Amino acid sequence: MPGKLKAKIVAGRHLPVMDRASDLTDAFVEVDDEDLQDEPLQVTVLDHDTYSANDAIGKVYIDIDPLLCSEAASVISGWFPIYDTIHGIRGEINVLVKVELFNDLNRFRQSSCGVKFFCTTSIPRCYRAAMVHGFVEELVVNEDPEYQWIDRIRTPRASNEARQRLISLMSGELQRKIGLKVLEMGGNAVVGYLQCFDLEGESGLVVRAIGTACTLDKISSGSAPNTTTHIHPNTAPASNACNSPSKDGKEPVFGEDLLSSSGPPTPFRALPTSSSSPPPFSPSKPCSRQSSSSDTDLSLTPKTDTLSLPGSGSVGCGHGTAPRATTPPPPSSTRSDSALLRKSVSFTEDLLLAASVLCAECDKTEAGLSSVIRNGQWGKRREGSRAFEDPAQTADADSSRAEGTEFPFFTLTSFPPGFLVHVGGVVSARSVKLLDRIHNPDEPETRDAWWEEIRQEIKSHAKALGCHAVVGYSESTSICEEVCILSASGTAAILNPRYMREGCLDIGITDHRLCRLKKKAQGEVNATAISNLLPFMEYELHTQLMNKLKLRSMNALFGLHIQISVGENMLLGLASATGVYLTALPAPGSIQIAGKTPGDLSNEHHILTIQKRINDTIAKNKELYQINPPEVSEEVVGSPIPEPRQRSRLFRSHSESSDEVSELDLSHGKKDAFVLEIDDTDAVEDIHSLLTDAPTPAGFYSCNTEIMPGIYNWTSAVQMFTSVRVFRLSNVNLTNQGLNKIFTDLCENLLKSFYFKLRSMIPCCLCHLNFTVAVPEEELIQVAVTAVAMTFDKDQNQEKPPDKPITKGCSETEEQLQFPLELCADSSSANSQTSSKISGIAHLLTNTLGTVSLLTPAAKLCQNQLVMVRSAVSSLERSSPLPEGRSRSLRSNRSFGGSSVTVVKMTPLSFLPGTRIIKYLGIINMFFIRETTSLREEGGVSGFLHSFIAEVFAMVRAHVAALGGNAVVSYSMKECVFMENPNKNQAQCLINVSGDAVICVRETDQEPVPSNIGQTCTSGTDGAT
Amino acid sequence: MAVELDVFVGNTTIMDEEVYQLWLDGYTVNDAVKVRIEGGVMEECEASADVLLSDTMDQYRTFQMCERLLHSPAKLANQLLFQIPPHRQAVLIERYYAFDDVFVREVLGKKLSKGTKKDLDDISAKTGVTLKSCRRQFDNFKRVFKVVEELKGPLVENIRQHFLLSDKLARDYAAIVFFANNRFETGKRKLQYLTFQDFAFCAGQLINNWTVGAVDNMVEDMDVDLDKEFLQELKELKILITDKDLLDQHKSLVCTALRGKTKAFTEMEANFKNLSRGLVNIAAKLTNTKDVRDFFIDLVEKFIEPCRSDRWTAADMKLYLTHYTNSAHILDTFKHQVVWDRYMGVIKSCIFKMYHD
Repeated sequence: MPGKLKAKIVAGRHLPVMDRASDLTDAFVEVDDEDLQDEPLQVTVLDHDTYSANDAIGKVYIDIDPLLCSEAASVISGWFPIYDTIHGIRGEINVLVKVELFNDLNRFRQSSCGVKFFCTTSIPRCYRAAMVHGFVEELVVNEDPEYQWIDRIRTPRASNEARQRLISLMSGELQRKIGLKVLEMGGNAVVGYLQCFDLEGESGLVVRAIGTACTLDKISSGSAPNTTTHIHPNTAPASNACNSPSKDGKEPVFGEDLLSSSGPPTPFRALPTSSSSPPPFSPSKPCSRQSSSSDTDLSLTPKTDTLSLPGSGSVGCGHGTAPRATTPPPPSSTRSDSALLRKSVSFTEDLLLAASVLCAECDKTEAGLSSVIRNGQWGKRREGSRAFEDPAQTADADSSRAEGTEFPFFTLTSFPPGFLVHVGGVVSARSVKLLDRIHNPDEPETRDAWWEEIRQEIKSHAKALGCHAVVGYSESTSICEEVCILSASGTAAILNPRYMREGCLDIGITDHRLCRLKKKAQGEVNATAISNLLPFMEYELHTQLMNKLKLRSMNALFGLHIQISVGENMLLGLASATGVYLTALPAPGSIQIAGKTPGDLSNEHHILTIQKRINDTIAKNKELYQINPPEVSEEVVGSPIPEPRQRSRLFRSHSESSDEVSELDLSHGKKDAFVLEIDDTDAVEDIHSLLTDAPTPAGFYSCNTEIMPGIYNWTSAVQMFTSVRVFRLSNVNLTNQGLNKIFTDLCENLLKSFYFKLRSMIPCCLCHLNFTVAVPEEELIQVAVTAVAMTFDKDQNQEKPPDKPITKGCSETEEQLQFPLELCADSSSANSQTSSKISGIAHLLTNTLGTVSLLTPAAKLCQNQLVMVRSAVSSLERSSPLPEGRSRSLRSNRSFGGSSVTVVKMTPLSFLPGTRIIKYLGIINMFFIRETTSLREEGGVSGFLHSFIAEVFAMVRAHVAALGGNAVVSYSMKECVFMENPNKNQAQCLINVSGDAVICVRETDQEPVPSNIGQTCTSGTDGAT
Repeated sequence: MAVELDVFVGNTTIMDEEVYQLWLDGYTVNDAVKVRIEGGVMEECEASADVLLSDTMDQYRTFQMCERLLHSPAKLANQLLFQIPPHRQAVLIERYYAFDDVFVREVLGKKLSKGTKKDLDDISAKTGVTLKSCRRQFDNFKRVFKVVEELKGPLVENIRQHFLLSDKLARDYAAIVFFANNRFETGKRKLQYLTFQDFAFCAGQLINNWTVGAVDNMVEDMDVDLDKEFLQELKELKILITDKDLLDQHKSLVCTALRGKTKAFTEMEANFKNLSRGLVNIAAKLTNTKDVRDFFIDLVEKFIEPCRSDRWTAADMKLYLTHYTNSAHILDTFKHQVVWDRYMGVIKSCIFKMYHD
């Protein structure tokens, strides 16, 4: 791409002494950048030596992509750490970079200048989505320099730098290719951009990325109705940008203008007839689609007997193609005609069903695993909806599906209200591949085909759930030697491109295909150990989660994150989720304990004791979280109230039930389907440990989602941290049980450490607490966590608006707790001989209407509640005396307390509490290698990694500051590969981080909004107080 | 099962002040954990010993990484590796440069050389300050000394600016540097009763009155060396004891003024000549470096000890010295009033400070 790059080296400081004799350094720089877009600007700092070769001090890589975007930064200027892969940071140089672009008019252009990338998995704050085009993916392969013959003769530094350079080249290329795809689709941005590296070893180095192509419009300060920009950012971290402009009718995807054609009464109008409709939704408020959609969500609670179920079955894949972007579809009058009104009664059953999938899972032996799930679950599903099925609608849905994009996937986790009509549940697929079987490893075709396969499977799973789209979609791999597990997961959902339209869910589709797939896979190949183990592991993880959930009296899981890691001699699975109690769903049943030998009196007594303890615990938890039985939920119109639940330990026991599947009458939903059989001592121990779960220290809360429901009054104190632990399993002959216990303890201890370290922040909540596990070597387990601790104000006033109906479960207590569940299952595995495909298991974990975020770490809890809150606030806000958007205080907190270094806050979340993002400056995507040959001298492995992580933070902050930013949101450490050789006193580590550089300003708090939110939600879920 | 690697890195560097102090005090990780457990922090947050150990190790590593920066505190403010709020930076620096009075008392006036550093284990054993801490403190002294030695301008201000220390701490360091530079003897048994703060006060007096910077508005020269010209001029004071008339006259003036005002009058009158000779001789000998070093011991031997054996009270001392100084002005033939005042001003304050048990 034609352009002129100007780089000026302004100054240097803190340079290392390179000349022992004089204690000086004769530093000079070399600047190198061949290709603007693919390659970062590379500044090499050297020490001049007259008689010998110049010594390298280090390098600075500056990604100049943000400069290629007209809207982002215009100049990069600031201090950059000089980084050397052997010595780490060695001083800093001040660099100023400018780019002058010539117009890129070539029609067959190879560049994709101007396409913005966002790691954030929601529509970025200061934009609104004019169009969501859909899924984009790309993958590039190259030979790994570490495995090239030349690596034998070059220095480690040269090798590391070659690798770093290659990877940034590849990610540049990847980004450019994706950018081109986006431009072809007519979009201008990629949201939820997820880039990963696969270090395949001999077979190559893969950089792959997925994202959601969008057309984003910048919200100009004056025009946008400030419905949500004023919302307390904590409660509405996402999607506020896109729901606000809904009035202008320019949103073919999020809201096609079909008002006129929608025949049936809108839910909006219908709702007031419902006795308990909350005031924020009163008709007095502007009739924006957004508000009605919120109402729509409301109306979907079991109570409503008005026929206000929104959403058409014809959604999903239908939107997102480029043609549609430019040509809005014809008025859907025909569709709405054919759309059958579906009573909410049926929906209620769906909800019940959703909750009882938990039960369904337990009602099968392991052998019959997936088919039972399907039959139980989906058979029921069909039954529940039979009466309302409409052939026409089904056909309609099919046709619309046909014209959809190839993969109706969205990497987003938050959507504008009403965008999601129905959430089907978790879909996931895994596949085990052998890397040494790739025919031409240097070409991407094979990997493309693998992922294609997986995505097809996910798509079919989603279809099987009656959904046409997958949201919160993500992909990952785990590689050990030549075995590679590819995983993909997401939440199947039905999207609604048209508001105000009654629709019928196409739920008649069964999922038999899933089962067949699985059988086929097992039948066709000699199932390898891994592929055989995978489904069982996943099943078990789910079972454990469900048990925990029941024990905590919760009925839904959010942010489910299942991770399978493969090692030489074990498979490691970790599932975390945040449990909540939704009043819209039936309360969970109790857990029954059954002994194996009924005749044994002492045993029976023992079981009784345990049963009593379980019951007590459940009762206690119910009290703790103030959970009310679902009977009362009939009074509730509106928010499903999330109730956090305690984190629980691994609970390993076989759940076998003699209940027949048919007894799982989901329409009744309250069956106690949980029967835990104590068949060995381990299980007893597990139950004991379960019951004696160490409580979290007072003042701490934690969740693995973006925010914790019930806490809205965040203060601005945030502390992001990265923690890595590596454990060596000393006893090789551990049983699965033993391994489980150890692994659980590891996670538990890690959490305890966090609580202790962050005790000065009390009261605070650890958000986005997701564990990443890896098995770097035999007997080694590596756990990495990047999370953020945020403080909140405990003394928030809790007054409720007088006209607000009291919802049940709203009065939360201080003891309200919420923790991710972690479970694990390990087992030995032999190397697989073949690549065998594992069919994914589609589990419906939650099923709530309008629930916008599921499954991904960034998922927000209880979106549909937030949706309503947001609408509520919009009406409240109009009367607020505050000026809108931009005119508010722009006080920047960039310079802080006289420090000469810009304070850069970092968070894995998409927002910073107490602040408003006013500008996105570009994506941060950095890859570093650090190596040492003096491990002991650097403080051992911990010292080495500690300083490396600190250095990575420093380099991220420096880049953000140079762009003029003061924060990184959606930060994540994608990769942390650590290798050591203590005998040689060597270690090497690769770290890949990404995030969005932003400018944020302090949110002025004079406005009443936060407290209003507090109120609205307080009545719902105000846990913090 | 063993933890092979365990790190926790915050975007904002997390530092526990208690652990920092333990680190500064030279505790090993295990000892620090013990102290923390005894301190009851476990109950505070339901932590286990493992958690404490992990936390302590993390913090120790962080401090070790920061130490390099603390050696030139100005770097701490503009380095990029650790994001530390400014107020916390100040605490880190201040604590790092803080020292134990018992330790500094041992090395005060000694050459800050490798030789002295070798004796640190003896000092450690004697004072009970850990060797690690001794080393840190010694290196701090040396570092500050090296930096300000060559700098022009006021000593205290230089230290304050280069090391971002509080005024109080900067003054203490100025004293240490001043003592080290002039190698004042402080270790003799007779001086053992004096504390570091006594000496620091005296150093302040000397710096403010007897150095070049004290009179020359601190532009050209340094604060660390005594004003050579002034020391030469001090020789002139000898006339007060060599001229018999002057000595008698001085004595009678002082005695007249003191008579009936103190119980120790008899002793004062009897000892006047001895005491006066002592003080004036100290002044006259200060041109010799060796005698400068003995300045404090001379003060004690020639003045403080005789007075103490005569059981003067502090008030007696004050009274005596005031009249002793002032009476010299009335002496007709004594022409060195300015030098006398400059000399006696410091001597008076020093003796007041040093005259205690």
